[in-house]
Amino acid sequence: MINERRRAKGCKRLTTGTKVVEAKGLGLTFETADGPVHALSDVDLSISKGEFVSFIGPSGCGKTTFLRVIADLEQPTSGTITVNGHSPEHARRDRAYGYVFQAAALYPWRTIERNVGLPLEIMGYSKAQQTERIARTLEMVNLSGFEKKYPWQLSGGMQQRASIARALAFDADLLLMDEPFGALDEIVRDHLNEQLLDLWAKTEKTICFVTHSIPEAVYLSTKIVVMSPRPGRVTDVIESTLPRERPLDIRETPEFLAIAARVREGLRAGHSYEE
Amino acid sequence: MRSRARDSILPVTVVVLAIIALWYVFTVILNTPWQQSVYARADQVDVPVSQFLADVFAQQRPVLPAPHQVAVEFWNSVVNADPGTPRSLLFHAWITLSATGLGFIFGTLLGIGLAVLIVHNRAMDRSLMPWIIASQTIPILAIAPMVVVVLASIGLTGLVPKALISTYLSFFPVVVGMVKGFRSPEAIHLDLMRTYNASGAQVFWKLRWPAAIPFLFTSMKVGVAASLVGAIVGELPTGAAGGLGSRLLAGSYYGQTTQIWAALLMAAALSAALIFAIGGLQKITQKAMGAAA
Repeated sequence: MINERRRAKGCKRLTTGTKVVEAKGLGLTFETADGPVHALSDVDLSISKGEFVSFIGPSGCGKTTFLRVIADLEQPTSGTITVNGHSPEHARRDRAYGYVFQAAALYPWRTIERNVGLPLEIMGYSKAQQTERIARTLEMVNLSGFEKKYPWQLSGGMQQRASIARALAFDADLLLMDEPFGALDEIVRDHLNEQLLDLWAKTEKTICFVTHSIPEAVYLSTKIVVMSPRPGRVTDVIESTLPRERPLDIRETPEFLAIAARVREGLRAGHSYEE
Repeated sequence: MRSRARDSILPVTVVVLAIIALWYVFTVILNTPWQQSVYARADQVDVPVSQFLADVFAQQRPVLPAPHQVAVEFWNSVVNADPGTPRSLLFHAWITLSATGLGFIFGTLLGIGLAVLIVHNRAMDRSLMPWIIASQTIPILAIAPMVVVVLASIGLTGLVPKALISTYLSFFPVVVGMVKGFRSPEAIHLDLMRTYNASGAQVFWKLRWPAAIPFLFTSMKVGVAASLVGAIVGELPTGAAGGLGSRLLAGSYYGQTTQIWAALLMAAALSAALIFAIGGLQKITQKAMGAAA
């Protein structure tokens, strides 16, 4: 399917790498009692296979909304967007992505293994496949041994790791993460960021990651999308020059700081900290 | 949990003792006029207080029987009477309990069914809910005799008409509770199902149903008590067919106040036992569903 798409696109222009997400003139306006809210306005963006893209900006800039449009949880009101060359709805029906929410959103009546197995049950994997995949993904997020625990018996960081395992369990190539570590303390966060990079290197997935932490965005990403609110729009797209191999102390290097400075500048240019 | 039970023993005992003391006071107040007229007819004057109290607490048909009279009547009709005969309270309690149980099961199933329709269908939500609420504004005492009479005319007598009246009362809390329960999953939990492209049935069985279980037990506790009331009310117009309702009715016909109170005590005990049983079921289910101990 992707190849067909490439051929179709190839007629128009040459593309480098397979486009996973491609948005053109994308807009989304919510009609509210207080008048229309322009959550997204004229967003042009393309994300290639294997990229780690961070969306950064203050609240109301539409970063979560954009992620939800990719996931077909919101419908755009103008412009076009394709996921794997098709509509977001098509991609959702194909189970083409795993979504990690701000909260872990584990079902409290299911043990960790049954939470991770939830998408597998729904997608009709056999019992044997379920067992194998649950064990594999729980190991990937370092939660082996916690299979029989209920969510309330785990710390916040472990719960969020379980929810990542759940998103990984069915091997979707695209991982959408909406501020997954927002509610966690800095130490846990550093640790999970390292693990996430490790996981990304191992699985070669495409990751879209929403955050409002500049160091987190710079540390993780190959591409940083800076957004600003009212209307929600993209103000800057920064291609990271950092190597793929990133120890935590890369955050002290001048290269890292230069990118962080540019992100900060982009945020300021969007007038995001006035008002 | 155990310590909480132990902590509540003292306050509960104090309240019970206070109620019993108050009950004795009212027994004296309410039964004095009759006792005085008895003394007047027998030309007894200057009856000593001890004699007066003994007589007041031992009337055949007191306006308000003393607690110990009720206790004795209860004991005699539960323990000393043959459970196979209408003299036994257990005989009547069993009849009422079977109608309550059947009506409660009907009512719970009906309530869950209606809640499923209401949650999954906007038209049902708008059209059904007002009728369900209106149904509970009709006094059950007005409807019960008609249900019994109409069903008797098509040959349905005994257990089923009473059970239907129980159903009528018990489905309501279940509908209301389960509609709330089925709608209780957070948006994020529903979004998650959507990202998996889950079917409606999968969303129901894997998310809405388990999320609604706590609501189910709460509404079942209310529903089972309403069921018992329904069964008793349903027994009032059926006459001599037995059951706590007919026992109450017979007691009031013949001025057997002690018998009425004993039947009331039995009804209260049944109700408490049913609620306790559902509470036990709830604990077991919650434990199986991983609730914090």
